[in-house]
Amino acid sequence: MTGGLGLTLRGVGHAFGALHVLDGIDLEIEPGRVTVLIGPSGCGKSTLLGIMGGLIAPTTGSVLQAGTPAADCLNPLTYVFQDFALLPWRSVAGNVALPLEAHLPAGPRAERVREVLALTGLSDFAEAWPRQLSGGMRQRVGIARALAVRPACLLMDEPLSALDAQTRALLLDEFADLIARAGTTTVYVTHNLSEAVRLGHAIVVLSRRPGRVREILRIDPEQDRADPALAAVEDQLWSLIRDDAAQAEREMAAR
Amino acid sequence: MTPVPFRGGGFAPRDRGWAGAITLLAVVAAWQAGASAGVIPTLFLPAPITIGRTLWHLAISGELWNHLSASLWRLGIGWSLGTICGIGVGLAAGLWSAFRSPIMAVVAALFPIPKIALIPLFIIWFGIGEGSKLATLSLGAFFPTVIATMGGVDNVPRNLIRMGQSFGLSTGAIIRTIILPGALPAILSGFRVTSSIAIVLLVAAEMIGADRGIGAFVLAAGNLYDTDALMAGIVMLSVLGLSVAALIGSLERALLTWR
Repeated sequence: MTGGLGLTLRGVGHAFGALHVLDGIDLEIEPGRVTVLIGPSGCGKSTLLGIMGGLIAPTTGSVLQAGTPAADCLNPLTYVFQDFALLPWRSVAGNVALPLEAHLPAGPRAERVREVLALTGLSDFAEAWPRQLSGGMRQRVGIARALAVRPACLLMDEPLSALDAQTRALLLDEFADLIARAGTTTVYVTHNLSEAVRLGHAIVVLSRRPGRVREILRIDPEQDRADPALAAVEDQLWSLIRDDAAQAEREMAAR
Repeated sequence: MTPVPFRGGGFAPRDRGWAGAITLLAVVAAWQAGASAGVIPTLFLPAPITIGRTLWHLAISGELWNHLSASLWRLGIGWSLGTICGIGVGLAAGLWSAFRSPIMAVVAALFPIPKIALIPLFIIWFGIGEGSKLATLSLGAFFPTVIATMGGVDNVPRNLIRMGQSFGLSTGAIIRTIILPGALPAILSGFRVTSSIAIVLLVAAEMIGADRGIGAFVLAAGNLYDTDALMAGIVMLSVLGLSVAALIGSLERALLTWR
């Protein structure tokens, strides 16, 4: 759908006051690939995504972007939020149209909205209010809104974590399909090992706070994600983060 | 074996419009019955039918509209001025650090002053005419609107603002599409408070220096011991308050359909 954008992180660190969240992150986000960030609670995954998206200023280091977004890209670095971030006073179509309003006149804007609503299976809900939708449908709206701007890089912050298991499984398949078709660079934050293995071409494992890159696992983009062999990758991921996750849990309980 | 006792339910009061109407009708009927039976001295509290008749005479003579139109004009202009300025100042306080503390200091210092106490000062500043009355009403509506608007802006979920930023929306677009609609419920709740305050101040200001307006009419009727006209004026104020509340309710229903 659009040209991919690559990101290079150099020595990225971040602190909230005295709380040191991220430290010395050096990372390459490859264009057109799905990079998954995974790690124990509080390791700074969402903060790192915010830094990549320009929403949080890093305390140290820098993020560089490489490549030129396609001509029709209206917002190169586009977020998908964990809590959907839909405007409750706008209909589904109104929410999807929001980021287009400064760029497209009414006719082409309506056409673009229709197109992405069809792509995400929301055509019948264009005039519905967000409160009338289930969690899964709301996140589809979030995805539709993100796709409407033809992003060069999708930044997805635990987009399925607020949903029930069944909806999560259904949406995960749709995400995988949409991302594969769009060919957009994607950075995907999750706690969920299955999601990481299902979607990721590169899985970046962060250590507990302050988060550092501990390991990067790579999965061949051509590999069938239903391949039972990938269970071994999931096991490997779990063995990498298990001790840190337990320690992070203890630290949170002690706070 | 015994059935599990039900312990839920309750704590869910519902609005029943008909119950409110019946209560009001019952009070008026009891009042009329008491007056007709001689239990309530009509010299001090005229019967509802007498008040209704007086209102009818005031209406056909044109006197009712003469006073009501003067009051409505003052209320509309004074309240609108105070509200528009209050929304602007409240938005500034809610959005920008440079304005927040200075505005809050001024609001904290001036808001607690009973505005009725300022009427003599406004008469000195703006004269006995419309200026002093409009200033009193505006000031009465201004401060609560500032507080309601700032509170509304503060309560707009930050994730929505961040969403707007993530899509590269301009500051103006974020204010127009996210902050103002998000703060609107609080601003409209503020309207209910400020419209009531404005009616109180309207009557007070008209009692001090006016020959037209419901406040002036009520005061003149009281001076003449004309309790029929006095009560007719009070009924006009009650109807005015109810009408303003209904208008704001309609506005809420029209603007907040998404809730």
